[in-house]
Amino acid sequence: MSVPYTFTIVGKNDNPLYEAEFASGVKAKEQAHHLSQFVIHSSIDLVEEAVWKSTAMNLKGVDRFGKSYISSFVTAGHIKFMLLHEKKEEDAIKGFFQDVYELYVKIAINPFYQLNTPITSVAFDSRVKKLGAKYF
Amino acid sequence: CGAVVMAQKGARPYDRIGEQVFAKVDKINAELFTLTYGSIVTQLVKDYEDLGEVNTQLEKMGYNIGVRLIEEFLARSNVGRCADFTETAEVVAKVGFKMFLGITANVTDWDAEKKEFSLVLDDNPLTEFVELPESYNKLWYANILCGVIRGALEMVQMKVEATYVKCVLHGHDASEIRVVLKEILTDEIPASMRDE
Repeated sequence: MSVPYTFTIVGKNDNPLYEAEFASGVKAKEQAHHLSQFVIHSSIDLVEEAVWKSTAMNLKGVDRFGKSYISSFVTAGHIKFMLLHEKKEEDAIKGFFQDVYELYVKIAINPFYQLNTPITSVAFDSRVKKLGAKYF
Repeated sequence: CGAVVMAQKGARPYDRIGEQVFAKVDKINAELFTLTYGSIVTQLVKDYEDLGEVNTQLEKMGYNIGVRLIEEFLARSNVGRCADFTETAEVVAKVGFKMFLGITANVTDWDAEKKEFSLVLDDNPLTEFVELPESYNKLWYANILCGVIRGALEMVQMKVEATYVKCVLHGHDASEIRVVLKEILTDEIPASMRDE
């Protein structure tokens, strides 16, 4: 039984801006959902440290929790994309992060979107979910 | 031969003229333009709070731009006097829009008396990447264009009203501006110069 991938976008003040889950054919349980959130947030400190050690945006794997891995991608504005996953698929994750980054930039360019606030756009949500299905 | 072609209504040449002029003018980065306009609109929204008022202000700003823009337009495009309002519409859509925004609009939906038409825009650099929040239904985001049309045409003796009727940001397929000719202005000699 595999835990679904959990993708979160975290803002500069550790505030969640967006969340999505991609199940590889498995339904997410309520409890597992909260656990994923907790795990992701607990690894934010490690991400903050790792950011200054590398010039790349994609930090790849930053933390582990039991059998799960946490990978992270941090934008120039220190918006953190966090992914909780079971398998070590670096290439798929890299591609996924790149594509989500492009979507994020389009949101950021919208004059009506205030940076560091939750992303409520339905279009963004559906596109991210499509990307999740494509890569995982 | 070229002059005869230009006199035809709705003639193809305006597309070509538009492209020729567009090739000659200076360009700026499209994103810079979009972001600048975006921040104008959001600032107006913050300052005025009432969306109807924002629409009015955008139109006024457009008017001020239009009265100045027309000089540049006539100087660069060398388009001669339009024979009638239908020709004006084509020139605005194919040459004017092309020169300043890099897009062409389509002229549609003439009324019986040829005094009203619609300008249909498939895409618009002003609205790239913009998503309107839900409560902003009253806002015509690119309303500045209506003002520009009104200001520019007033300087060439046509009093028009231009209003948005459809906008891609509101979910429509294309944006549409309705232009209505109110009156042809004739130059009046100011009272002080008239021989009484």
